[in-house]
Amino acid sequence: MAETRAPMPFRLTLCLLLAVVAAGCARRDDTVGSDGRVVINYWEKWSGFEADSMQRVIDDFNRSQNRITVHFLSVSQVDIKLLLATASGHPPDVAGLWSENIPDFSEKGALTPLDRGLAKAGIRADHYIPLFWELCRHRGFTWGLPTTPGCVALFYNKRLFRASGLDPERPPRTFAEFESMSRRLTVVELERAGRLVRMPFDSMTEQERSSRRYTLVQVGHLPQDAGMFLSGWGCWFGARYYDGDRAVLADDPGNVAAYEWMQSIARTYGVENMKNFIAGFGVSQSAQTPFLGGTEAMVVQGPWMTNFIKMYAPGLEWGVAPCPAADGVAGGAPVTLAQSDVVVIPHGAPHPREALEFICYLQRQDVAEKLASSQLKATALREVSRSFLANHPNPAIGLFIELSRSPGARAVPRLSIWHEYDAELSVARERVLALRATPFEALAEVQKRIQWRLDRVMRRWDVVGDKRLAEWRAYDAW
Amino acid sequence: MTPGERRRTWVGLAFISPWIIGFVAFTLYPVCASLYYSFCDYDVLSPPVWVGLLNYKDMVSDSVFWQSVYNTLVFNLMSLPLGLVSALALALLLNQPVRMRGVFRAIYYLPSLVPAVAGAMVWLWILNGRVGLLNQALMAIGISHPPLWIDDPAWAKPSLALVSLWGCGNTVVIYLAALQGVPRSLIEAAMIDGASAWKRLIYITLPAISPVIYFNLLIGIIGGLQVFTTAIIMGGAERSTLFYAIYIYWNAFEYRHMGYAAAMAWILCLMIMALTWAASRFSRSLVHYQGE
Repeated sequence: MAETRAPMPFRLTLCLLLAVVAAGCARRDDTVGSDGRVVINYWEKWSGFEADSMQRVIDDFNRSQNRITVHFLSVSQVDIKLLLATASGHPPDVAGLWSENIPDFSEKGALTPLDRGLAKAGIRADHYIPLFWELCRHRGFTWGLPTTPGCVALFYNKRLFRASGLDPERPPRTFAEFESMSRRLTVVELERAGRLVRMPFDSMTEQERSSRRYTLVQVGHLPQDAGMFLSGWGCWFGARYYDGDRAVLADDPGNVAAYEWMQSIARTYGVENMKNFIAGFGVSQSAQTPFLGGTEAMVVQGPWMTNFIKMYAPGLEWGVAPCPAADGVAGGAPVTLAQSDVVVIPHGAPHPREALEFICYLQRQDVAEKLASSQLKATALREVSRSFLANHPNPAIGLFIELSRSPGARAVPRLSIWHEYDAELSVARERVLALRATPFEALAEVQKRIQWRLDRVMRRWDVVGDKRLAEWRAYDAW
Repeated sequence: MTPGERRRTWVGLAFISPWIIGFVAFTLYPVCASLYYSFCDYDVLSPPVWVGLLNYKDMVSDSVFWQSVYNTLVFNLMSLPLGLVSALALALLLNQPVRMRGVFRAIYYLPSLVPAVAGAMVWLWILNGRVGLLNQALMAIGISHPPLWIDDPAWAKPSLALVSLWGCGNTVVIYLAALQGVPRSLIEAAMIDGASAWKRLIYITLPAISPVIYFNLLIGIIGGLQVFTTAIIMGGAERSTLFYAIYIYWNAFEYRHMGYAAAMAWILCLMIMALTWAASRFSRSLVHYQGE
């Protein structure tokens, strides 16, 4: 009988393995600190000075009460890691995402609906600029709260304006002005009578222009800079991207008009010249971008651009103004595109009540203003204190606040496949700028692909939607 | 089975049990699960919904899927022969009895030790269309309009094929080992018969190391179809470097179409099996094993 039993080495190894597995599976009880406080984990995408500014706010929170300690962790690719952590049942208590993640994450059941908790905490929609409040909502529920929102405006280089004979205090006010100034700010290099000469684009002869045998050395604006919101140019042409329900509107006439404008630029300067111009530049928000390098005069960016100017081009003489829209769009009101950093409580978070208390603390006007001003941004709150405006380190902050309240302010489309939609629009833009497709052809392809994807998502929603809605309505851990 | 044999079996199993557990938990289960998910609409967070063959049907009409297949095959047609020939040529050179041979071997192997991400970042700057080292060198020798490499859809795949040579050190080492095993007596006999260096290479060295060439070919096919890191870091305009593995990654982790990604992964597995079978089928008469 003894021979049939598993021998000693096997039993020993098995015991060891079981011990290792049991130790690995055991959940470390790190949710209560040695001081008896509940420890909540907060994952945020920020690093560098943005993380430092949030850490200061967290330190204030931790000092302000004696029940909760927030543990901050800067996490790269926070959206993907949050998704995997939530799927495995071990999410953090709070996570910092982008507002465009909310439709996707909430629909997939990765987030906790906050409505009842917020009502108990006294947080209401009318505390916020409507656009930013709406960014946190999807399918009738609130999924997060804004931390540092942003919208975009036209940053311009005053020195280049002056050098081109333009008034540096008079940025473009209409789209026609934007186009003509952009052309006037463009400088080329070409060979004339055997000599290499540099001159404004407009000073070339018609023959030189049509020959395309020149090099772009400075541009007014190219919709090709590795920047943000390139897919959103349609907003300045009155485009709609989505009907809010089941239809993608990629080939909306406004979007086609935006892409036609882009293609007209490629036709003016030549595809190869544009490619050569941008080939030397680095990634977005680095010292190698043409605006920061002083070779692009105008760029559409958010308030965070002032950070990058400070870091990479402190000598840059810059101004900022609303980016002009095509005639008749938004009834002439300034147009902007908005998004926000948001804090959410993942589904299955171990301490939702404490997490809610923390994210509500971030909404206090003094706290939100402290965080926003240290990141050179604005808050999402309707109320703005005088001291915030007076002492804000970003001289353009008033303009961004004003823009976010404009009737022409638009949010990044709120649909769960926006990330994919955005990527398809970028490919379409590349094809259009390379003259490989007409704007309509390129956008028709986007329409077809994204509608196919949305149909799949809706097919799934039709199966699980009612159950999800019932769960969300019933949720009350507060 | 005698009691002694049974005991030895248990002991053997005990020693390999960590591997068995790891294999079952981290390979076998995911492989089986991915097969199931390939027939589901699955977004990782919520339970999968059975959709039958829908993911596979969708693939047929997905133009980006076909573009990723095309990109991957074209890249392989460029990089695989280039890599095999370059590595063999390097190995033949490094096999010559020259001074400081060891130093040269180390130099050629060193790039293989550089992490792929670091290598890709370096190559991004070398191939930069405007300020890159390569184009500066080409302009210095009179080529006034060198290609934009990775920024030009027509040059993006050749650029990556060029970059893939950077890591051929491993293949060189395998060839070098094989070259040590080429029978010296055969080469000497050929030399006595007056065979030139080229003929010795064609009629003696290559047949003698043909099993190793075949091995590198198979490894190259398998690795080439899964090319990922360098391409996803270096990018490429208009989806010119959207390879199959990258499209799987986008679907699985960026767009959260895990079911679709799982179906794509199974098609990739079938493609690798088919190409491996074809390679073994067509190389049968060209590969010579000692003792056969």
